[in-house]
Amino acid sequence: MVSLIFGIQNSTLAVVGALTGVALVALALVLAGLISPRSFNPQKGEAYECGIPTRGESMAQFHVGYYLYAILFLMFDVETVFLYPWAVNMKALGTDGLLCIAVFFGILVLGLVYAWRKGALEWK
Amino acid sequence: MLELSHGAEWLNQWLLSWCAPWAAVTIECVLIGVLLLLSYSVLALFYIYFERKVCAAFQCRLGPNRVGPWGVLQSVADMFKILIKELISLNHIDKFLFALAPYLVILASMLCFSMLPWGSGIQIIDFNIGIFFLLAVSSIGVLGILLAGWSSNNKFTLIGALRSGAQMVSYELSMGLSVITMVAFAGTMSISEMCQLQSDGMWFIFSGHIPAIIAFVIFIIAGTAETNRGPFDLPEAESELTAGYHTEYSGIHFGFFYLAEYLNLFIVSGVAALLFFGGWAPLHIPGWDAFNGVMDWIPSTIWFIGKAIVLSFIIIWFKWTFPRLRIDQLLTLEWKYLLPINLVNLVLMVLVVCYGLHF
Repeated sequence: MVSLIFGIQNSTLAVVGALTGVALVALALVLAGLISPRSFNPQKGEAYECGIPTRGESMAQFHVGYYLYAILFLMFDVETVFLYPWAVNMKALGTDGLLCIAVFFGILVLGLVYAWRKGALEWK
Repeated sequence: MLELSHGAEWLNQWLLSWCAPWAAVTIECVLIGVLLLLSYSVLALFYIYFERKVCAAFQCRLGPNRVGPWGVLQSVADMFKILIKELISLNHIDKFLFALAPYLVILASMLCFSMLPWGSGIQIIDFNIGIFFLLAVSSIGVLGILLAGWSSNNKFTLIGALRSGAQMVSYELSMGLSVITMVAFAGTMSISEMCQLQSDGMWFIFSGHIPAIIAFVIFIIAGTAETNRGPFDLPEAESELTAGYHTEYSGIHFGFFYLAEYLNLFIVSGVAALLFFGGWAPLHIPGWDAFNGVMDWIPSTIWFIGKAIVLSFIIIWFKWTFPRLRIDQLLTLEWKYLLPINLVNLVLMVLVVCYGLHF
């Protein structure tokens, strides 16, 4: 797998891209650290909420609905990942592949129907 | 027409003529990195200006018009302003995660950015699983946003981050499924091959029949939600949560989130252009030879960027047309409408491909 530009390996270029992202943040932070002003005031360290000191814990429990959607997402996302290899080779795999994936697809749809009937898709 | 790949070939030869192969590769990698960095920042600055001007036009205002001619230097001035703002160090945060979050957000968008097909033969990373890799990498951004919200130790940021997390993971499904629909149609996941397939002017939205159009509509809705824009901007609903997940970030730290948000808008439009509007492929109308000749004359890079900007304009348009959704409406739209429609659409696309109903 060689890229179109310079004939460098694609995986190397992916690392270059990632490093560029890190470099952008690091360089900008260094630059900002050099030219930005500093002043100390204990009030500045407070949480930016309503002007009065925060009450209670902020890293608190949150609505269980978010977890529920995360679990549903996990289920569907993993299943859609399995659809990709089939989608690429759909014509080559032909009827056999189509039947196999239909069973798989049916289970996926059943999962959605189950979640729907159980009321997991309602925001309470 | 001058091809960039010829220039790259020449540069490669010249470098190899006076230094060792490993040194040549290193120099080329650094060059690519610098190019990416420059185009990333320039595009982000352009997008910030573009969005402000378009918003102004929708509201019958003039928009930025003081710095430079027509205000074109406004976002450059803003960038300098944001650089000289103090980075406030807070005393209640999780310092490591707080510092890590902008890295993840920028890294995700930079990797996606380098995957895009910039023109015929101009593409930096070209995996054979290109579009899949792009989707996989783009979900690192969610992690950054969740970390930013959690580590800030602030109630607004926590709520913003959780909303954002729920929204982005939900809409990622729709995005993934509409991409599968197009992958099933194209028969390849490689970004360059997809563009090549459409380079005769038969863009997938024309040749893909009805399923391609449905997939496009779903993709653009999911893309708007993925970038936390338009009617789906409840993670940073300013009237409820001050600024959402990046409330506690100051100066350039905030700038990173801002930058990534605008670049993500470009990336989503770029991917939509790639999947449905031919990437860098020019518009052709069968039989109109003179017209096709003129279209071919326009460089492919301009085609790609032009398509991406037009699609971004549509996404910005959404923002001024629809009111913001509530979290339950948002999740209902995804799970009860888009997801079932998407599943049916995939079956429809399979039928279209199997029976050869496409053009």
